[in-house]
Amino acid sequence: MAILVIAEHDNRTLKGATFNTVAAATQMGGEIHLLVAGSNCKAVAVTAASLDGVSKVLLADDLAYEHQLAENISKLVTELGKDYSHIVAPATTSGKNFLPRVAALLDVAQISDITAVEAENRFQRPIYAGNAIATVESLDPIKVITVRGTAFDPVETKGSAEISEISISHDAKLSSFIGEVMAESDRPELTAAEVIISGGRGMGNGENFALLETVADKLGAAVGASRAAVDAGFVPNDMQVGQTGKIVAPELYIAVGISGAIQHLAGMKDSKVIVAINKDEEAPIFTVADYGLVADLFDVMPELQEKL
Amino acid sequence: MKILVTVKRVIDYNVKVRVKSDNTDVDLANVKMALNPFCEIAVEEAVRLKEAGVATEVVVVSIGPKACQEQIRTALALGADRGIQIETDSMPESLNAAKLLAKVIAEEQPELIVMGKQAIDSDNNQTGQMLAALLDMPQGTFASELKLESGKAQVTREVDGGLQTVELNLPAIVTTDLRLNEPRYASLPNIMKAKRKPLAVKTPADLGVELKEHSKLIQVTPPAERQAGIKVASVDELVEKLKNEAKVI
Ligand SMILES: Cc1cc2nc3c(=O)[nH]c(=O)nc-3n(C[C@H](O)[C@H](O)[C@H](O)COP(=O)(O)OP(=O)(O)OC[C@H]3O[C@@H](n4cnc5c(N)ncnc54)[C@H](O)[C@@H]3O)c2cc1C
Repeated sequence: MAILVIAEHDNRTLKGATFNTVAAATQMGGEIHLLVAGSNCKAVAVTAASLDGVSKVLLADDLAYEHQLAENISKLVTELGKDYSHIVAPATTSGKNFLPRVAALLDVAQISDITAVEAENRFQRPIYAGNAIATVESLDPIKVITVRGTAFDPVETKGSAEISEISISHDAKLSSFIGEVMAESDRPELTAAEVIISGGRGMGNGENFALLETVADKLGAAVGASRAAVDAGFVPNDMQVGQTGKIVAPELYIAVGISGAIQHLAGMKDSKVIVAINKDEEAPIFTVADYGLVADLFDVMPELQEKL
Repeated sequence: MKILVTVKRVIDYNVKVRVKSDNTDVDLANVKMALNPFCEIAVEEAVRLKEAGVATEVVVVSIGPKACQEQIRTALALGADRGIQIETDSMPESLNAAKLLAKVIAEEQPELIVMGKQAIDSDNNQTGQMLAALLDMPQGTFASELKLESGKAQVTREVDGGLQTVELNLPAIVTTDLRLNEPRYASLPNIMKAKRKPLAVKTPADLGVELKEHSKLIQVTPPAERQAGIKVASVDELVEKLKNEAKVI
């Protein structure tokens, strides 16, 4: 039986998380079909067809799927997914939103946020903010899974799958889209960035994040934050790194004025190299940092910017 | 309007859990337990709606062994009106939890169900969505703002790219994110009062739900530990190390 992967996109471009999710699916064994559900999203399907390992792209182009409303998408995926061995989506806010509905409608469990595939029915996933790794075996006929992108290297784009249009329209008429406020940024996406510089409560206010931005400009980095910095209104929620925010694993993570609570570490401790800048030498962030600098960030950041 | 809130008993968020030496599970013996923080936000939201005159009754439900009555009492002390415990030997898988809750909701007929977006033990982030599907209700997950107007719920959701607002028919399910509100502390008089609030106990059999096994926990292991690093004395040293030792810039 084949594997159905659900593509993440905004009707214009295919999101990076899809590439990692397809990579995870290739380890589950079986032909891979990639579903692009949206509205006016043909261009996405064309990119999707080039992903290595994908044998077929299913394109469901319908107004009901324009905003990925969970009530509508879940019905489509449930109808299509009945004949697959696995249904797989990225563990992004979109995947987390609709996929559990699919699992419930199919009367199977969802295995969330997997970080390794051990067998077609056996997976690893972090629990307790990543302080333990569970190995779980599914007993269900259809395995419904979300994938943690940072745990799988993205597939390349050398393939050329066929695109098959499907006309199944599900408008549950339970919910409607009102609007959105999306962050505009020229910086790389947090979950795909090679370098991330994050600020915490120690930044003091939102304006001071400019100190991180100038360094980020030099390094081509994304800018992240701790929950405390988001709660205090310094920066928007989409910048939160952690157990309940975004999970990142860049080559270099620089934590500035962040203490290193369990919940923050859960989101960044798989980074290759970690740098911590904090004036408190006892801060727990130093227990995971490769390079720690005990200093006042307001002295250090301008100097760092100069010396890079 | 009647609001139903679900709460889960979990490890306290300040405690770093340890894995048992035989790798069968994590060790929760003598560990401090608490109300899951996202559930606490859910209780707070419902209580605020009651204080604002929008809600008339707040019913709180928890699934688990007897000890979870403690968390129901906490929710009652925060302002919920009555509690229901669904007694199980252990914490059921999410789909089973959703099936149990679906039966309670069929009996209680609330117009709004508020739940935490995830429990900080299993980190699954799925029970609310599953429940919504079983009941064919709309959902507003990861909510940072909730407005009830003219028979609908407007929910602002924290999504990867920013904020999204959706409108939901009622009854609906809302799952909370961190920014929805800042929960209050229970006062001593309210803790005393909570002891006298009604708390009903039901079993899965009472609700006519058969708990099915959907997955097996094979083992639980500690994560790979990071090697302890070094302290650098200056920005110059830091830049030098990043360039020549770590080779990441
Ligand atoms: C359910 C739940 C979920 C959570 N999810 C997340 C999550 O996803 N992500 C997350 O990050 N947190 C999360 N948290 C919050 C977490 O527990 C911490 O409260 C939070 O990470 C603290 O942020 P912080 O390190 O910025 O602030 P603090 O802990 O206050 O640390 C600030 C640090 O800045 C340093 N500092 C201050 N001034 C300076 C200066 N001038 N120069 C240098 N250093 C300075 C201080 O020494 C201190 O170490 C969650 C909590 C709960 C309960």
